[in-house]
Amino acid sequence: MSEVILEVRDLVKHFPIRQGVLFKRVIGQIKAVDGVSLDLHKGETLGIVGESGCGKSTLAKLLMNLEKPTSGEVRYQGRDVLRLNPADQRRLRRNIQLVMQDPYTSLNPRMTVGDIVGEPFDIHPDVAPKRDRRRKVQELLDVVGLNPEHINRYPHQFSGGQRQRIGIARALALKPEVIVCDEPVSALDVSIQAQVMNLLDQLQNEFNLSYIFIAHDLSVVRHIADRVGVMYLGKMVEVGTDDDIYVRPTHPYTQALLSAVPVPDPTVRQHKAVIRLEGDVPSPANPPSGCRFRTRCWKAQEICATEPPLLQIRPTSGHPSACHFAQEKDVVHAG
Amino acid sequence: MSSPEVATPTAEAAPMPVTPAVVEPAPRKDKPRSLWTDAWYELRRKPLFVISAILITLFVLMAAVPQLFTSADPLAADLNRSLTPPDFGAWFQFGKQGQFGFDLQGADIYARTIYGARASILVGLSAVIGNMLLGGFFGILSGYLGGWTDTLLARFGDIFLGLPFVLGALVILSTFAPVQSNPSAFRITSLVILTFIALGWPSFARIMRAAVLSTKQLDYVHAAQALGARPGRVIFRHVLPNAIAPMVVVGTITLGAYIGAEATLSFLGVGLRQPVVSWGIMIGDSRQYMEAAPYMMAFPAAFLAIAVLSFVMLGDAVRDALDPKLR
Amino acid sequence: MSDIKVKTAPVLGVDGRSAGHLLEIENLHVEFRTRDGVAKVINGVSYHVDAGETLAVLGESGSGKSVTAQTIMGILDTPPGFVTNGSIRFRGKDLLTMGKDERRLVRGEGIAMVFQDALSALNPVFTVGFQIAELFRKRRGMSRADGYKRATELLDLVKIPAAKTRLKDYPHQFSGGMRQRVMIAMALALDPEVLIADEPTTALDVTVQAQIMDLLAEIRRDRNMGMILITHDLGVVADVADRIAVMYAGRIVEQADVHALYGKPCHPYTLALLDSLPRLDLKGQELNTIKGLPPNLLRIPSGCAFHPRCRMARDICSTQRPALLELGGVRSSACHFAEELYGRE
Repeated sequence: MSEVILEVRDLVKHFPIRQGVLFKRVIGQIKAVDGVSLDLHKGETLGIVGESGCGKSTLAKLLMNLEKPTSGEVRYQGRDVLRLNPADQRRLRRNIQLVMQDPYTSLNPRMTVGDIVGEPFDIHPDVAPKRDRRRKVQELLDVVGLNPEHINRYPHQFSGGQRQRIGIARALALKPEVIVCDEPVSALDVSIQAQVMNLLDQLQNEFNLSYIFIAHDLSVVRHIADRVGVMYLGKMVEVGTDDDIYVRPTHPYTQALLSAVPVPDPTVRQHKAVIRLEGDVPSPANPPSGCRFRTRCWKAQEICATEPPLLQIRPTSGHPSACHFAQEKDVVHAG
Repeated sequence: MSSPEVATPTAEAAPMPVTPAVVEPAPRKDKPRSLWTDAWYELRRKPLFVISAILITLFVLMAAVPQLFTSADPLAADLNRSLTPPDFGAWFQFGKQGQFGFDLQGADIYARTIYGARASILVGLSAVIGNMLLGGFFGILSGYLGGWTDTLLARFGDIFLGLPFVLGALVILSTFAPVQSNPSAFRITSLVILTFIALGWPSFARIMRAAVLSTKQLDYVHAAQALGARPGRVIFRHVLPNAIAPMVVVGTITLGAYIGAEATLSFLGVGLRQPVVSWGIMIGDSRQYMEAAPYMMAFPAAFLAIAVLSFVMLGDAVRDALDPKLR
Repeated sequence: MSDIKVKTAPVLGVDGRSAGHLLEIENLHVEFRTRDGVAKVINGVSYHVDAGETLAVLGESGSGKSVTAQTIMGILDTPPGFVTNGSIRFRGKDLLTMGKDERRLVRGEGIAMVFQDALSALNPVFTVGFQIAELFRKRRGMSRADGYKRATELLDLVKIPAAKTRLKDYPHQFSGGMRQRVMIAMALALDPEVLIADEPTTALDVTVQAQIMDLLAEIRRDRNMGMILITHDLGVVADVADRIAVMYAGRIVEQADVHALYGKPCHPYTLALLDSLPRLDLKGQELNTIKGLPPNLLRIPSGCAFHPRCRMARDICSTQRPALLELGGVRSSACHFAEELYGRE
């Protein structure tokens, strides 16, 4: 496998819950991200899946340094991002960029497309001399499949898919090596989703980009990711290649998640192995002891309440899985 | 013109006209544009803006060089002319006085109305601008920084907000310019303006704070931060343009209220006073003669209303022009 | 065609006016009169649903699928929305010509609706129990105590744990999935014969979505209700629908039994939509895209509205609008080449 470009070690983010008017007391902690480690290799796409509240969006913010982690490390090319001086940090930001979920709120409505895509050059003036900027912006628009003539339009004059392309153009401006995509297609219509996913694919090949692709839609992740991590309540529960996760999942949560995804094929509905989870995800402010999934798990035993399972390769799981009773089971192709 | 969303290898080559998502504006000169140039382009085409701009120019001119509009002395009183009704014939004769009639003291109401623009507009405009700057500054500070700064500023502002406006103004003004005293025009005018700012900034700060709070958590602000933008850039490029609208609206409405409040204070004897001439003083003076001499009140009140309306219209037009979605 | 027997409604008679359907929408036209012009949102939609069956109305944003539902429920915002033509017959009576009071009675008792966003559909300042009990008090003249008793039963029915104590909770105290259950309970309160579910699980996580879809299917079966499921999710549709109507630019472009539709789509739009879907069980498939953008409803393309994005488009497509052609059984497709597509292997 190619070199590791981004390393995350034991990343933790707890948000304090405060109460009080003048003197706010801390009455608890929301454990949004609770000890996540991952490696991103050059040129690969690492998918992160999980349901709402699992901490995947907080993880994106931490990677982008938009939130300060409670503890842990993010290393880019071996250097700890969080311990750099501000000037180095800014320089480093060029190499890690972000594409956001909502194409309607991620673009400033009062800026023209030219200003939006050109803003990275304003912030990092040494990247492109001023007279070249307009041409560069138009090139970027062209790369993402937009009409370069539309440089003077405002975001609201574009459709959702086109806006997402503007966001991608902005992320590409500084020629980054890593792009963190936080649910980049989930707000789009089906027919537009495919266009944007193909664009991301094509850009990856063209610029040798590495993606961290965060999504709740498992089908989308399957399509685009080389490796996949599954998160539940702030923890990574299973990591592996896409076949490891989709064909040979060993964690019960992954299996339940996969079996819940509706397959667009009515012939499988009769003989699909369906695992229905009971209840909702517990609150991240007060996660269950031991294994966090045990309250909804059909395999739970006493050990699950007392001993948090480590994310590791097990005799019954060829790839890292955080379950005491990890067991391979193909729920997608069953039948 | 098409907005092709076809950068896909599988899409067939045949170029098809694609309907754009929205009705397009007529293409303009192809040079880089910004929000401000676009807003200015937009404004010049709005009758609402043009009318209010002309009126405001007129009032500002009146305030700056009243001699352009009248040759009479607003302070010259002749009791022989006391409460003479308006002479409509004089409207069309150059150099004649009494177009709007004469007040109790026999001073020319037209001249006083013209000269009154200076104090009224100066007080209203300065107080509002001062409030916007001070309140806006503290509002951005507490909204953007949050935490302790926010709590401290909010509590500090509450002290001023808790004070009833007239009572607060009475206390401040009677301390620095007692009823019997005779302060200079400059001193009393700036005192009144400062009083309005001292009592008004917390409400402006609150409006700004709320707008900043809701803008700050929008994705495009995070996007700018992710690009490495410094706080100054984030505030002035992203937060401020999207958070300023509510304050502009409240500001234009408050402008009228301040011109009225100035009149109240004059009536109570602590606000503007002789030798200053203002619409507020004139309206205050006229109240006992409403039936006998309605023109004493009617003319300055009409000027006041038109001035306030112009500023409100201007505020509306500017706010709309700064919102690309409304174009 | 698939060999699996699916319960389907009686086919329209030759005169097109079979009286047998529970709810029947015919030739519905709705337009939105906006500042920028008239947007033709629905342009002649006809569909029907019978007791015990699930009709899925599939479409992307702007296809008119939700507006149709709002029109059926009589909650279309007027202005800007206006019904310009068509009829909506419930048990043979046209809802559009009915008096206001009569129509109000149909709402809730005849046809009920579940919305996408449960948090904004429930009143935040009243407890859930109060809101359901009020419904019984107002519409059924029950005492408050009886209303609460029925509310408990309903929450039990939608499998909310500890129903009795949760009645005293406010909507925001429920999780997303539980809130959706509360809304389903409210929709069921007056025993409707038709339930319209407008994107009921779009805002929910997959594991919770599966629970809710199961619940809806179970309730439909037990009560022999007719259900109209409005969604953009081709996966959800395949799981629960009996029949499917695919909408594009305010028209139905294809209508078929679920197995037939997925087995052999007979409209290029349906075909392309299925081709553009990433699938859980297939890796590395080429995602075929639909070029271009959904149409601007202020200026719907001439002829077939899909022609600028269609791979099969020929000259005729931009000049002549294809009618919804019956292809046998409950199948129909609005494409000039429908028969060609139907006949292919």
